[in-house]
Amino acid sequence: MSDPILPVAFAAAAVRVGTPLALAAIGETVTEKSGVINLGIEGAMLAGAFGGAAGAFHGGLAVGVVAGTVAGLIVATLFAIMAIGARADQVIAGTAITLGVTGLTGLLAQQVWGSAGAGLSLPTFPAWPLPVLEAAPFIGPVFFRQSPLTYACYLLIPATAWLLFHTRLGLEIRASGESSASAAAAGVAVGRTRTLATLFGGACAGLAGASLVLAQVGTFTERMTGGRGFIAIAIVALGRWHPWGVAIASLVFGGATALQYIFQASGTVIPYQLFIAMPYLLALAALGVAVGRHRGPAGLGRPH
Amino acid sequence: MTVSTRQGELRRDISQAIGAFVVGMALLALFLLVAGFDVPASLTALWHGAFGSWYEFTSATLVRATPLIILGLAFTLGAKAGMLNIGMEGQFAAGAIAATWAGLQIGNAPPLIGVTITLVAAGLAGAVFVSIPTLLRARFGVTEVISTLLLNFVGAALVSWMVTGPLQEPTRSYPQSSAIGMAARLPHLGAGSRLHAGFLFAVFLALLLFILLNVTSWGFRIRAVGAGPRAAAIIGRMPVAGIGAWALLWSGALAGVGGGVEISGVSYALYQNLSPGYGFTAIAVALLGRLRPGLVLVSAILFGALEAGAAAMQRDAAVPAVAVQVVEAVVILVMLLSMRRRA
Repeated sequence: MSDPILPVAFAAAAVRVGTPLALAAIGETVTEKSGVINLGIEGAMLAGAFGGAAGAFHGGLAVGVVAGTVAGLIVATLFAIMAIGARADQVIAGTAITLGVTGLTGLLAQQVWGSAGAGLSLPTFPAWPLPVLEAAPFIGPVFFRQSPLTYACYLLIPATAWLLFHTRLGLEIRASGESSASAAAAGVAVGRTRTLATLFGGACAGLAGASLVLAQVGTFTERMTGGRGFIAIAIVALGRWHPWGVAIASLVFGGATALQYIFQASGTVIPYQLFIAMPYLLALAALGVAVGRHRGPAGLGRPH
Repeated sequence: MTVSTRQGELRRDISQAIGAFVVGMALLALFLLVAGFDVPASLTALWHGAFGSWYEFTSATLVRATPLIILGLAFTLGAKAGMLNIGMEGQFAAGAIAATWAGLQIGNAPPLIGVTITLVAAGLAGAVFVSIPTLLRARFGVTEVISTLLLNFVGAALVSWMVTGPLQEPTRSYPQSSAIGMAARLPHLGAGSRLHAGFLFAVFLALLLFILLNVTSWGFRIRAVGAGPRAAAIIGRMPVAGIGAWALLWSGALAGVGGGVEISGVSYALYQNLSPGYGFTAIAVALLGRLRPGLVLVSAILFGALEAGAAAMQRDAAVPAVAVQVVEAVVILVMLLSMRRRA
């Protein structure tokens, strides 16, 4: 990295690539705080990517953002009906929903854009430099010449921290996650609280999928989320179930993903597949370190 | 437990499974209709691809059922001990890599020995691959669900590296390995058929797992740990974590063998995307089979038919093959609901 431009370009790429991860992980943080682990956010994210692409294709960028968020919300509703309403096993229900969304989006993409959406090119958000802030050395070009969806993520982080730790609803969410029986005894409507938290997580995952399409890739392909939703779940653990921790962890994963662009371009002897595998290996290591020292909500994954 | 209630349970399991499958197929038809495909033509293509003739049934359906049987048994073994192995896709890939490597080394070994070495290598690779989640769980308390899931992507990257690097064919033009030696190949069952001896091996594994789970004390301990870890630890004085870890290791080994059988019996070489998602389909297979080895065998054949039919549907009616994942998802969800009702 002798080139002085490169560190800035790399850090800016880490923020850009980390944005969908952070959006999904912040939503999942709220979901997990309420005691629900939703492996279906991978599916919600994929649905969000499809919704974002379809919305932008027919009505422009703003419609894409809304459609992606709504698509994530719909998937999370299905999960909530299964896992909270019917008290089915959360892990298997989430896996199944991801599987189903993969099939459904593949089917619909074929129908909407022809064979697997080849050649589909959508408008993407340009970078919106924020006045004054963008002029700051290093920080400016890295954090404040990003897409509006990244700025939305900046707002979501403190808002979620405030919601979780400074509101009555936040207290109810955390109580439902630590001990649903005690929470219910104290008058918390556990099922309703968990449903709300799950729907919030789904909407965030949908927005994350939309941002993947509308601020990065500019097209939709089958299975395009490629496990980002699952990585978001690891990010939640690494970020210790706290929005600020999750934001930092997302940046680390964004960096690990952005590494491959730099190394692929520089033509090293190291096989590029190592860089593709890097975020997943990092997630594994992170789980070992993070979970070892800090346990998640005590009632995580247990039906009420 | 009397014989009649056992039979009653079996009958209920079977009728629920049939119900789940019918609901799944009905929803697929509905989605095809909504998405604007020609539903009768699509479903006819699906049926013909799976059961159109004896050749289709054996060379398409049963060939695809073979890895599903083995992976379905792998999931069953883990789940019986309360371990959810969602990483079979990755272990399958690891097994396929090891089998290819072994199959390329074997020169003129006697066929039985060659195949045995190949499949043992595959099983070992699967066990090594799953040993990471096993260790993470035992040492750090990391749930095996997420760690096995993440390793699926590492497995895919590993195959991609192998077929463009260490195991690439000598001309270096295609992303695939050379063909494995004849000694490492499973023989075909009958001339002109693509069905191979791996199918019989899979049936044998189902029988073996049935005996292990239902007759031996080892199987009893696994089931006890899965049914109630606290009771098993306190009343049965069982080392719960250790039994779970062994079940997960064997589950990974079996999934690795599944990858080995695919190399040894079908592809003879390593490719990218060797598995069209067998590792996930097998979860539906195992749940539809209510975690009973005998029923897993039947449900694997059903899903093998679905996979074979999906390929035909893509070819003849231009319906993307991923569409059948909708059926799989619906089957899993319906089975989850019915299992919960019983509990």
